[in-house]
Amino acid sequence: MPVVTICINGTDREVEEGISVAAALVNADVWQFRTAVGGEPRAPICAMGICFECRVTIDGRPHRRSCMESCRQGMEVVTGD
Amino acid sequence: MTETLEAGTVIVGAGPAGIAAACGLGEAGEDVLIVDEGPRSGGQIWRHRPGSGPPKAAQAWLARLSATQVRVRHNLTVVDARPDGTLLGESEAGPVEIRGSRVILATGARELFLPFPGWTLPGVIGVGAAQALVKSGAELRNLEVVLAGSGPLLLPVASLLASQGARVGLIGEQAPLGEVLGFGAGLWRAPGKILEAMRYRSRSLGARYQTGVWAVAAHGDDRVREVVLTDGRRTWTRRCDLLCCSYGLVPNVELARWLGCEIDNGRVVTDEVQQTNQAGFFCVGETTGIGGAELSLVEGEIAAAHISGLAEALPPLEKRRALWRRFSKSLEKAFRPRRELAERVQPETTICRCEDVTCENLDPEWCIRQAKLYTRLGMGPCQGRVCGPAVHYLYGWASDSVRPPLKPCRLATLSER
Repeated sequence: MPVVTICINGTDREVEEGISVAAALVNADVWQFRTAVGGEPRAPICAMGICFECRVTIDGRPHRRSCMESCRQGMEVVTGD
Repeated sequence: MTETLEAGTVIVGAGPAGIAAACGLGEAGEDVLIVDEGPRSGGQIWRHRPGSGPPKAAQAWLARLSATQVRVRHNLTVVDARPDGTLLGESEAGPVEIRGSRVILATGARELFLPFPGWTLPGVIGVGAAQALVKSGAELRNLEVVLAGSGPLLLPVASLLASQGARVGLIGEQAPLGEVLGFGAGLWRAPGKILEAMRYRSRSLGARYQTGVWAVAAHGDDRVREVVLTDGRRTWTRRCDLLCCSYGLVPNVELARWLGCEIDNGRVVTDEVQQTNQAGFFCVGETTGIGGAELSLVEGEIAAAHISGLAEALPPLEKRRALWRRFSKSLEKAFRPRRELAERVQPETTICRCEDVTCENLDPEWCIRQAKLYTRLGMGPCQGRVCGPAVHYLYGWASDSVRPPLKPCRLATLSER
């Protein structure tokens, strides 16, 4: 598979093109995808677009479901919001 | 600018049911458009890693599909429908109107999650979710995994995770041994299934498969570190980095409900040819009741045969459907979540993950509407898709309404009409 570079929380990482952003985060050992209303770290439980626990900011757009988006060259991902 | 898509038949969902319907219709020369929320065809069950081929069972169907003129539009989420049946969706580029003379709903199912202390920790995930994550490219090498859920998905997922280098310590099935054995015996009526189960079983050697075992709590810090398990008599703790806990599947009926289709016991009601009570709206696959890929396929074939006027093709298909519906019934009976799973919930256990509503915020005497009004339960981004089935199981609260947008979307999608 071709490799692309994406930026996760300010650090560039090479990932296989087309894998989901959620998969790329797990592979980067990032487990806090978002912060819950009460402050707890959260990560996906469904990985198929229904739980919305995997929301991250992608290319400046908040609340994107990382399990539903594929990694593209130059993508910027910010987690923890 | 609103994009407009039109077709003789619009199919929502590109899993086995939608693909089977599309193949039948496409081969009969019908004008068909499939819209799907995901980036690739195959739905959940036929999901495959980018760069690697789809599973064997899917290949023939996907080849058939690509030999037709059927159009497939990915990354398109249906968020609303007008009274005339026009669907409104959102793509990366903006709002989309989707018009069809008829619509086939093949929106599939999601996993059933039941709350317990620690289930909100990162690393606690659905059984199917772990599979989906791996098939989307996640590498789980060297992770210590415990599966403590229910249903026939446990073994294939354990096998997949082990093949990826994860260490699968335990496969816990909450259903009692008697039920699982009874289900196994019933499989002889559904040829092929028993072999499938055995194959998965043997490949996942190294892990223990235990019936009558479930998770009571997960502990950790910034992610899950250990799980407390029980068999109802004895309780013990096991280290894990990934805990797969889900209890079968729940049909995705939101779009059907908004379209006015009759829903009974959480599934869309259809007639002999898969048509709902709304003329021109059909429903196929898991949305009509959980039965697996084979049932989904045959339901899709039936809807297609009916719409293309191939009445002579129906009797053998209906026979096959009856066989898989029996399988579906025994599946439901064998892996029904045990009541003890409700007893795990503590006052401070989170029930609604979007709005952080805990058990002590809720009064079992309420109905779902009161819970929503008083606590915002079910009113966050997932719109009750996770906690709705959970509170139905815990308190008997049934979700009977839905409103657009069916999934969160941009304001522009709703305003640009």
